[in-house]
Amino acid sequence: MTGQAFFNEMYESGRVRGPYRQLEDWMGDMPAELRSLKQAEAEELFRRIGITFAVYGEGGDPERLMPFDMFPRVFAQDEWRRLERGVIQRAKALNAFLADVYARGEIVRAGLVPRDLVYRNEAYEAAMVGFTPPRGVFSHIVGVDLVRTGPDEFFVLEDNCRTPSGVSYMLENREIMMRLFPGLFRENRIAPVDSYSEELRRTLASVAPPKCERDPTIVILTPGAYNSAYYEHSFLADLMGVELVEGQDLFVEGEYVWMRTTEGPQRVDVIYRRIDDAFIDPLCFRPDSMLGVPGLMDVYRSGGVTICSAPGAGVADDKAIYCFVPEMVRFYLGEEPILQNVPTWQCGTAEDLKYVLAHLPELVVKEVHGSGGYGMLVGPKATREQVESFRVRIEESPGNYIAQPTLSLSTCPTFVDEGVAPRHVDLRPYCLVGERVTLVPGGLTRVAMKEGSLVVNSSQGGGVKDTWVLSE
Amino acid sequence: MLSRTATNLFWLARYMERAETAARLMAVGERMSLIPSTCGSGYRSEWVPLLQANGSFAMFEAKYRDPVQRNVESFMFFDRDNPGSVASCVSAARENARIVRTALTSQVWDALNTAYQELMALERTERSGLPLTRLTDWTLRNCALVRGAIDATQLRNDGHDFMNIGYYLERADNTARLVDVKYYVLLPRVDFVGSGLDNYQWTTLLRALSAHRAFHWAYGGEVTAAKIAHFLILNRQSPRSLLTSVQGACDHLDRLARRYGRTTRAQTQARAMLAGLAELSIDEVFDDGLHEFLTRFIGDISDLGGAVFDTYLSGDLR
Repeated sequence: MTGQAFFNEMYESGRVRGPYRQLEDWMGDMPAELRSLKQAEAEELFRRIGITFAVYGEGGDPERLMPFDMFPRVFAQDEWRRLERGVIQRAKALNAFLADVYARGEIVRAGLVPRDLVYRNEAYEAAMVGFTPPRGVFSHIVGVDLVRTGPDEFFVLEDNCRTPSGVSYMLENREIMMRLFPGLFRENRIAPVDSYSEELRRTLASVAPPKCERDPTIVILTPGAYNSAYYEHSFLADLMGVELVEGQDLFVEGEYVWMRTTEGPQRVDVIYRRIDDAFIDPLCFRPDSMLGVPGLMDVYRSGGVTICSAPGAGVADDKAIYCFVPEMVRFYLGEEPILQNVPTWQCGTAEDLKYVLAHLPELVVKEVHGSGGYGMLVGPKATREQVESFRVRIEESPGNYIAQPTLSLSTCPTFVDEGVAPRHVDLRPYCLVGERVTLVPGGLTRVAMKEGSLVVNSSQGGGVKDTWVLSE
Repeated sequence: MLSRTATNLFWLARYMERAETAARLMAVGERMSLIPSTCGSGYRSEWVPLLQANGSFAMFEAKYRDPVQRNVESFMFFDRDNPGSVASCVSAARENARIVRTALTSQVWDALNTAYQELMALERTERSGLPLTRLTDWTLRNCALVRGAIDATQLRNDGHDFMNIGYYLERADNTARLVDVKYYVLLPRVDFVGSGLDNYQWTTLLRALSAHRAFHWAYGGEVTAAKIAHFLILNRQSPRSLLTSVQGACDHLDRLARRYGRTTRAQTQARAMLAGLAELSIDEVFDDGLHEFLTRFIGDISDLGGAVFDTYLSGDLR
């Protein structure tokens, strides 16, 4: 691992790459005092606006700030065009897959995806079989996690088809950067991202249920103020001008869903839910759920309301299904995939398992159903004991694990205590799928703030950056 | 508007008003403790009647026993176990605001959030550096900032009405309780009535309500118990009088009725209360017994709060 060259997005063989040209002077002209002043200003803004994520059960102030790095991450227009096409292609294929596996399952019949991986998957919802949601869309917001290893080499790390979070950071990071460094935005032609909320509202309105014969009433369904992403829920509701509801605010009567208002019941047509499948409807899923709405699924299936994303959409973003997404692109769209998958070994198959166990110290091993950077082994960074304990866990239930080569994640200049230094980054753009499939030019760049670290998750000390797409 | 959102706005306002009253009560207590022999033989301390009027004496005694100023400060300002302490109220107001962040302007949120951040800083400050006046001044200033931000920036929509109904109901209740302190203070020694000490206590009450000068502008001449009671109960100019508070709640309930196109039990009850107060003279109040009158009033306000809950906040309206 040591001595391995990482693709530096700003410098290539000692020269500044095109998209970052304007930033070299900006960085050079910034004295340390100004920098710490701006950093403090940014933190003050985040704190005052209330952009925090909540961490409970660790003691201390539960409201934490996401570390914000002021050095932007920049894409040139042509780089972005390719990413955009690739992400949209992937979002279409994933939705086609979902529509298929809850209908005739052609891709399974064709022998391209193993039957058990789909139908015995925990995320597969029997309640959705035979039901087609409005416009056939299951996953309305697809977050595709990407990493870069070279000028033209992008890999998809994973897909998020349920309720990907973090888009509020994409929007707020931009707001904060524009307040801190207005000059940068005058000198560079940076594509705006603030149309996202309007696009999201349009997307949700476009999938109104069949029984809705008027301008649809949209709501966001949140687990409540103690959820770690509550700020994002309320932020999006505010930007779209829709109500932010909890399960207790909704009830089912007749063939519709209603919300309790000060003027009596008001009908709800589209629910952008930010709660997990299991909690949506205690009559259909977990009976002990206090977060959901009893009877919601019946109304959904009879066309009285639309749930975004559809229950069961998670079967498409499962880490075991991930390997088959390139096949999906070919099968449903008849196109070659624009974005590549990271080569992946399925520990569930004997051949792959043998390879993985023999090469553990050089691989990244992930739990199939894990998320947030937990339950993950980064071989080259792990101690011998960690590797051995993972070996035991993999041998116990090989089907629970996949392995990938340790990628040489690209780096982007980042402000650190000593000045500016390269740190590893990834990217999550948010693709909207409704009547149209759209992608705002930008996304969430997460950065591993620790030197050498490849883990960018906020739960593991990762930070965020503003992400620029330069216009022509 | 979502009933839950209305509930959060209503309670946000009530908690801020309640925090303000806690601070004003502390100010009354401190001033009363500066004059000798206020407390008659029946009390161990001048702070006891104040806690009794506030309805929290039993809770205080169980935890602190000794009613000395430092304990009362801990209890009424810092104690999170006391739901009526300034710290509890400001935190609860801010939590309600956080939940309905989107129904508030950024100025209102900023005022509440800043108050909360400052409160946490106060909690970390050495107590010897925090004289009581600093605690009360801090509270009054922050309550005024929030109130001012609401008045200056919030849309005049139903959310604004629910916040104001919360403020006025809480204020009506709290002013009644503050006036009632007089009853508890004087209880042991009926012969104090009408004495110089009696008037001094009434004046203290005025000062605590930041209404000392306003009172003189409104009445002039000698300070008498009847004038002060009139000022705090029946005067329409007085911003904290019971009549003004009920009038305010009534106005905002009427706005809701017009906005929603229907009148409910809440309006009927509020109008009945208002009519009753408007016809009352201060002599009648004293003839009935001030304490009895106030006790009845506090009960009526609580019923009105119940009616507001049943009609608008419970989400059961059909």
